Amino acid sequence: MLNITNLSVSIEGKNILKNFNLEVKSGEVHAIMGPNGSGKSTLAAVIAGRDNYNIDSGEISYLGQDLLAMAPELRAREGIFLGFQYPVEIPGVSMASFMRTAINEVRKHKGLSILSGGEFLKLMEEKKNMVEIHSKLTTRSVNEGFSGGEKKKNEIFQMAMLEPKLAILDETDSGLDIDALKVVANGVNRMRSPQNATIIITHYQRLLEFVVPDFVHVLFNGKIVKSGGKELAIELEKNGYELIKKGANGDYATN
Amino acid sequence: MSNSPNILNQKEILENLFQQNRNIFIESGHQSLDRLRQSAIEEFSLSGFPNSKMEAWRFTDISSLIQREYGFDFRNQSRQFDISTIFSCEVNNLDTFSVTLLNGWYVYQTTPLTRLDNGVVFGSLAKAIEEYPNLVEKHIGKASSATKGGFVALNTAFIQDGLFFYVPKGVKVEKPIQLINIVDSSLPVFIQPRSLVIAEQDSELSLVHCDHALSHTPSLTNAVLEVFLMPGAKIDHYKVQNKGKNSALFTSTYFKLHANSEVSSNIMTLNGGFTRNFVSLDLAEPRAKAHISGLYLVDRNQFVDNQILANHASSDCHSNQLFKGILDDEARAVFSGAIKVHRDAQRTQAYQNSKNLLLTPQAKVNTQPHLEIYADDVKCSHGATIGQLDANSLFYLRSRGISEKSARQLLMHAFADEVVKKISIEPLRQRIANMVDKRLKGELSICDQCVLHCSDNIPATFNLDMSKL
Repeated sequence: MLNITNLSVSIEGKNILKNFNLEVKSGEVHAIMGPNGSGKSTLAAVIAGRDNYNIDSGEISYLGQDLLAMAPELRAREGIFLGFQYPVEIPGVSMASFMRTAINEVRKHKGLSILSGGEFLKLMEEKKNMVEIHSKLTTRSVNEGFSGGEKKKNEIFQMAMLEPKLAILDETDSGLDIDALKVVANGVNRMRSPQNATIIITHYQRLLEFVVPDFVHVLFNGKIVKSGGKELAIELEKNGYELIKKGANGDYATN
Repeated sequence: MSNSPNILNQKEILENLFQQNRNIFIESGHQSLDRLRQSAIEEFSLSGFPNSKMEAWRFTDISSLIQREYGFDFRNQSRQFDISTIFSCEVNNLDTFSVTLLNGWYVYQTTPLTRLDNGVVFGSLAKAIEEYPNLVEKHIGKASSATKGGFVALNTAFIQDGLFFYVPKGVKVEKPIQLINIVDSSLPVFIQPRSLVIAEQDSELSLVHCDHALSHTPSLTNAVLEVFLMPGAKIDHYKVQNKGKNSALFTSTYFKLHANSEVSSNIMTLNGGFTRNFVSLDLAEPRAKAHISGLYLVDRNQFVDNQILANHASSDCHSNQLFKGILDDEARAVFSGAIKVHRDAQRTQAYQNSKNLLLTPQAKVNTQPHLEIYADDVKCSHGATIGQLDANSLFYLRSRGISEKSARQLLMHAFADEVVKKISIEPLRQRIANMVDKRLKGELSICDQCVLHCSDNIPATFNLDMSKL
């Protein structure tokens, strides 16, 4: 589904990702872990199409298409979803009009009919319940006045509405209490299917207790320095990233 | 600039016009009104038209507007006709008393002055001067004397007709009054409507004021509106401007606020060749409140200038100014928000904010606060921003599949909505919100116009046959 080869990315002359490689197949859940500043969020942003990064070399192929040549909205319509680490507050744009515009643009792209007001509201209610959002989204502005937990639940809500093929969740678990974490995990698990794939970017192993990954990668200094199964996450939780940092130029780098 | 021969010529032309037509003004007016005219024309002779050496006109060049030749219509005899035969203006579900000024003259079907059972009187100012001379003379020119010279003096010298609206003590007028200012002429025309609103103690009213041009002929409107709020009176005021590129609109609005009175004023400029709005909020007595907001959406070479003066002359008064603009192409805007707090105006709260979005590198805005504070116990603030759409917000929307164009429109809509949502008459708010959206999508042209929904079966342009009026 997603194939990243030799990707090097910089911002303002600073190299963030260095010859990065990753392959994600349908049905898989990948976790990308790593200390702060290792390039995790840059990876997420580049896949989603944020344009303030320089792509110095490499390719990303998504469902056989050249992803880097596509506008962010086109990537979204083709099924890529980014759950933001810091969801943006947009005063004056209601959640309902935002989501309705988004869903209908995605549906148009897929050749489906646009949803009527009634159909849309019904769908919204259903997905709201799934992520346990209780406030009236029809009148609230996008993320405005939302608590940290509500913002993250709102990302999962949007994911559930848009039904992406490839979801990238950037630190969606950070700052959540255990109840909200379960809601988020539940949302992700429900989306799991043999046709879909998920990339979970996280600092901690916590979320991975609820969403069990097929693969865990450790990103350090712009490169994946170690890959393994779910047990790698547990090991990291126990030993921290210090070992990785120390070994980055030694064992792990050649692993 | 001040000594430009053309401007001087235009000034002389106007002075001569005044002298030549003096008998017309005198026969329609009264002695005290005549004294007001006389001192106004003297003031205008001294000041002339404003020029860009004056602080309040630094960014506003009017020389090309003044240099044009205009016609004047001082004697409009037959104003009795059905305006709906040429123009219809409506907001769905909004029930209003609708009154119309055509080239500055009040037009009507049955009577120039409507008297309601509750004592409310509205209609032609010219007729009100005849029938209520004392009431008119007691007020007219009293609020506008806050500024000297220039356009206001010129309007005062030539006072003939406009809207007169009187609300007696304690009366709450349920239906808004909708004043439609239509300019329609086959020749360039200079018009000077003068309007007077008197809200007696504890009365309440809404005034929806829309400016509309039916023809593409150059026109210059120099309108003055004086509004008196007696103690405890409340006024909701809306001004919607949607005019063509050849029209120049100068409006001067004076709110005189007595104790505990409250005004909320909202100025929407959706299209306009040249628009300058001056609004004076005179907080003359304790605990008066004035909220003013404005939105301007201009493109091509349109120009809009909002000049607000909140004059805190008394204690415990509040004022709040919020003006927002979206400028496209080579459009230009000016905003000046002045707050003056007099020495005895303790516990004043006065706020001012100006926010602007520039969509192109060629668009330009000059925004400046003027705060003069002589009291020591006050809360005042001012702020101004000029910027582009937020890149993070744009990306967020696009990352959900929304096209860049739609994302921009959503963000512009949100930007404008902060002002639109202040409109408390719901059908009007919906209508304006819809117009703003159409405007932002580039679908609202000058032909579509008036604010308040032209009938579809009326051709966009046509000339009135003056002889049939």
